[in-house]
Order: sequence, then C-alpha cells, then structure tokens
Amino acid sequence: MIHSSPVPDLLDVKGLETRFFTRDGEVHAVDGVSFRLAAGETLGIVGESGCGKSVTALSLMRLIPYPPGKITAGTVMFDGQDVLKMDDDEVRAIRGNNMAMIFQDPMTSLNPVLTISRQITEALELHLKMNRTDARKRCLELLEMVGIPSAKVRMDDYPHQFSGGMRQRVMIAMALSCNPKLILADEPTTALDVTIQAQILELLKKLAKEFGTAFILITHDLGVVAGMTQRIHVMYAGRIVEKADTGELFANPKMPYTWGLLRSIPRLDESRRAKLRPIEGLPPDLINLPVGCCFAARCQYKRDVCTEKEPELKVVPKAKPDHEARCWGTQEGGWLVDVDYRTDTTVMAAVGAAS
Amino acid sequence: MTVTARGPVAQGSTASHAPHLLEVTGLTMHFPITQGLVFQRQVGAVRAVDGVDFFVDKGETVGLVGESGCGKSTTGRAILQLYKPTKGAVLFDGTDLTKLGGEAMRKQRRRMQMIFQDPYASLNPRMTVGNIIGEPLEVHELAKGQAKLNRVQELLRVVGLNPYFTNRYPHEFSGGQRQRIGIARSLAVEPDFIVCDEPISALDVSIQAQVINLLEELQSKFNLTYLFIAHDLSVVRHISDRVAVMYLGKIVELADRDELYKRPLHPYSQALLSAVPIPDPAVETKRQRIILTGDVPSPVNPPSGCHFHTRCWKAQAVCSEVDPEFKVHAPRHWAACHFPG
Repeated sequence: MIHSSPVPDLLDVKGLETRFFTRDGEVHAVDGVSFRLAAGETLGIVGESGCGKSVTALSLMRLIPYPPGKITAGTVMFDGQDVLKMDDDEVRAIRGNNMAMIFQDPMTSLNPVLTISRQITEALELHLKMNRTDARKRCLELLEMVGIPSAKVRMDDYPHQFSGGMRQRVMIAMALSCNPKLILADEPTTALDVTIQAQILELLKKLAKEFGTAFILITHDLGVVAGMTQRIHVMYAGRIVEKADTGELFANPKMPYTWGLLRSIPRLDESRRAKLRPIEGLPPDLINLPVGCCFAARCQYKRDVCTEKEPELKVVPKAKPDHEARCWGTQEGGWLVDVDYRTDTTVMAAVGAAS
Repeated sequence: MTVTARGPVAQGSTASHAPHLLEVTGLTMHFPITQGLVFQRQVGAVRAVDGVDFFVDKGETVGLVGESGCGKSTTGRAILQLYKPTKGAVLFDGTDLTKLGGEAMRKQRRRMQMIFQDPYASLNPRMTVGNIIGEPLEVHELAKGQAKLNRVQELLRVVGLNPYFTNRYPHEFSGGQRQRIGIARSLAVEPDFIVCDEPISALDVSIQAQVINLLEELQSKFNLTYLFIAHDLSVVRHISDRVAVMYLGKIVELADRDELYKRPLHPYSQALLSAVPIPDPAVETKRQRIILTGDVPSPVNPPSGCHFHTRCWKAQAVCSEVDPEFKVHAPRHWAACHFPG
C-alpha cells in the first residue's frame, strides 16, 4: 500500500494536542492525533462538528489563535521540518507556499475590499518573488484553470461580484498558486449547492491528479470522501477513532461510531425505506472527558472495560493491513472482530439481554 | 399568467376520490424592488415563486427540493400566508386562504404550523421552554394555568425531552434538542398540516437521523400531513411519498418518490440526482456524473422560455422561446420540459 512505498512521508503528525483555555475550563479540542501522509496522497478526515477535524487542520498550518488556543504537544514533520518548532517567519514562508488551505466559507474568507487578481498575485509576489506583470499573467492562467469564464475581465472584479461556487473556485486558484505540496481543504463544498458541489469536487479531483498534490479533505459528508480520497480517518471527540483505506472503511468498518454514522444517513441508492438508526445521545463535553472510551456513553456494544480504560488505536485483526481502530471490541480477541455491522442482529440481541 | 386549475391540481382532482387537503394553483410571489427615497417606485421584482401548482393529500408527505434561491422556502411561507402571495390560490380544506383576513385567517392558522430551519434563531432566547411551547396554547385559547403546564409537559414527553425542562431557556439545549422544542411548539395546537422548512439542515449527521425518526413517528401517531422542504435529496427520498423539484421559482417535476428517483424526466432532476455523492466508493467510482455548467440565473431576470435552458445540455431553439407546459407524462408524474426523459 501507500505506506510501504519507498516515497518518504510528506507529512508526519505525532501526538498532536491542541487545547483552548476558556473561562469554563480547558477544552481538549485535539487530543493526541497521529497520522502520516505520502506525497500525492489524498486523505479524508471525517467527523461531526466539534470533533476536532478543523482544529487539526488549523494546527498543521499553525493558525490556532493564541489566546485562547494553544498547541500543547506533538510534532508535525512537514517535508522534513517540524512546523511546530518553526519561528513565525519560517512558518510564513511555507504557509500558502508549500502548504495551502481552502476554507469552508468562500464568502468570508476572501477580502471584500481587494480585487480577485490582487488577492492571488499577493502570494505569487511574496512567495515566488514574481513581478506585477508576471504575477498577473500567472493569475489569469490559474483562474482559467479553475474554470472562471472570461477570466481576463473577471480577474479585476471584487469578491461580491462572484457567486458562491465561483468564489470557491477563486479560493482553489489561490491555494494552487504557488504549486503547494499539500492542500488542506476544510469542508470546501459544505456552503455550496449540490450541483455546484459536484462541479467543485470534479475540479479538485482533476487538479489533484494533474499536479500530484497531496490533499487532506475535511468533511462531515461520508459521500464526499467516498469518491475523492484514498484513505479515511474518522475523528470523534478530538481523537482519531478509525483509520483505513477508503474501500476498506466502507466495506468493512469496525468502530461502532463509524457504524453509527453509516447507519444514520439515508442513502440515495437504497432500495427500501428502512428506518434510520441514529446514534443516541450527544457527543461528550470536551472539557470534562469521560473516563475510558470517549464513545462508550453512546455505544450499543460497550462492555465494562470500555468505561474503565481508554483503548488505543490498534491494528484490527482479520482486516486489511493499515486498518486501525480505537476500540476494545476490535482488538485481538475482542467481541466485535467478527461482527459485520450490516447483519449484527445477534449482537444487538445479546446487548438487549445483558442490559 | 392566469389562475386556472391546470397541471397536477386539475388532473389530480379528477383522478382521486377525496378532495385534497391542500391545493395550490398558480401561486406567485414577487418581491418588489423599489427605487427612490420618498416616492418609491417599483423598478422590478424578484420572482421568487412564479406560478406553482401542486396538491397535498391528507396524511402524506410531499418533499420540495431544489437549490438555494429556487423559491422552495418562499413557497412554504406563501402557503401559510406568512407572505401575501402576489397571485394564485391556496385552497386549504376547501377554503381559499389568500382571500381570508384577520380573525378568519387566525383561526385557520391553528390547523397549519411550521418547523423552521435554524433551531438557534427560531426560539426566543428570553423565553423559557414552557412559555415557548405554551404560547400557541394561550393565543388560540386552548389551555390555561395548570392545564397548560400539563399539556406542555405532555408535549415535551412526546418529542422525547424531559418534561421537567419547562423552566429552562433555549441556550441550555443542544441543536437537536432545540429542534425538538420547535417541533413540540408546532404540535401544541394539534395541527393537520406542518410545513417543515429544512428542519434538519442545521444539525449534525448523527442528530439528523434522530429528528427524521421523530418526525416520522409523530406523523403516524397524529396523522399529520407534511410539506417537507429540503435540499438534501437522500433525506427527501427517505421521508417523502411524493417529491416536487423546483428550479428558479417553478416546479419542474412532480412525481411519486420511487418514480421520480428511478425515472427522472426533467434534465434538472437528472442532474440534481447525479450530483449527490453516495457513501460507497464502489458505486462512486463507477457513476457517471452530469456536471451542470454555470450557476443558477438571477430570479430578478430569469431566462426566457424554459428557465433551465441556459444550463441544459438538451436545450434547443424552442427551449429559449416557449415556456414548456407542466404536463402529465405518466400516471401521477408531471414535468415541464420540451424534451423529457
């Protein structure tokens, strides 16, 4: 698989911890996240709001506002350098240059008082030391590449003259401007309509293939990552709870939280009108995290051990290599190893009898 | 446009036995654009809803889908007379709501309610949950004092909240719980018909399913009729009996759920369905997507003829000249297209 290839990792995150110090207490937004990404690989990070997926991306870019936020532990090796140990100038040199970000809301992440061309040429002049004329030429190329019609005229328009989908294209052009090695896309299509979402995803896919850029796609929509990424990490309460290749995650998910997510969404291609099975309860309070597994309170399959000790992210036995889950039930000899979530009635009955 | 029964209302009425609970004919909602400071003159109109015909039968759920700005929420609000429609008729149980005013309308409002999209904005932050849910009971003089409190507690239990929450304020609840409070409020007056305006769009995936299940349970328990407005086609497919697809102020296609999802006739419905990502990589890599070019045109100045012709891959000369008729193509399946299928 990707990790056994000789290509050295582009990104190696180890034990990343980001906390927010608020009046109510310490919010453990990201709590020990580790993952690796090879050059050109596409990774999806999936989770609900508040699970720490956006904070993870912002931490990688060193964009956490301080105060109240702070990266309290971990290393982020990007291209052989630790981003967390860099001083501000060094970070500024890679941010937007080797590592770029596409934000969720194109309405608020563009500067309303600068023209589109100025906002794109700024990075080109700063990072690639281009002069005005060359930068404008490159800007035009970029806008044409992302499919802005009559780009030559439109490049001197202001953001409010663009529609939401067009603004997101501008954001993508901006992210691509300095040929980054890694693009972090934080819910790039959540603010857009479905037909526009399809346009943008198609564009991202095409560009990633063309330039061999590594992508981290952050989303709450399992449908979006299914067609876009090679690997998926599922996050819950600031932790990665399951890691697998995309095909494997959908064919053979192991962590009960992932099951819950898959079961609770109605699918467009479903043949019958099945009753949805939601995940009962609410995500835990990130200030007072529960003892043991953070999902135990909502888990139908929990046993005593789950509320006593927190499981580690471990390779799932009898699954494809590189499939890891943070669950007592899926570890060697666990009670969920042989369970297929689609046909789990026996386990459901057992749970019912036990309680 | 004349307000005559055409399209689904005319054809539907002859086919069915019972009269429809709701019949919408030629519903039009134009918001004026004015210019001038003292003497305001109208220089144009946002044609948010531009002649919509459909009906809703008792006990069924009709899904209304479309992208943002297509007029689906405005349709819902114009039906409830939260906006005064520019033209058209809204027959609710035989009474034309557009002709009612004052007290007569207020009486009718008891029978139809709304669930709003944003549970953070639709509950008054200064009122307790008990007052929020109890207010409609007082307005319609249904219960007072202890009887009101009992009813509020019963409603809280019905929507799956603790009945002792009556003295709490909305900020003490999560998004999903707030949406339950909004649902309890709309149920308080025992309505027949509820317009659900994107009731789950603001909620997280795992919470969405809880609310969808609740809406379904309540429907069968109280024999409710829903107009379910949403942009998420998978959710609409799950909850609806029939589905209407809107584009730029018009319903372009209306059919029974399975029929619409299996055999969409209008090119816009086809594109919309193909754009929805499916959480299954095996399916996703094989799918052929229809990618529409461009954006939705402005409703101030919609394209001539068929509104969709500027983005349609099937468009021919006739499409930009003649507005296609909304007509029946199969039993209970209407579409407005010159080249359907």
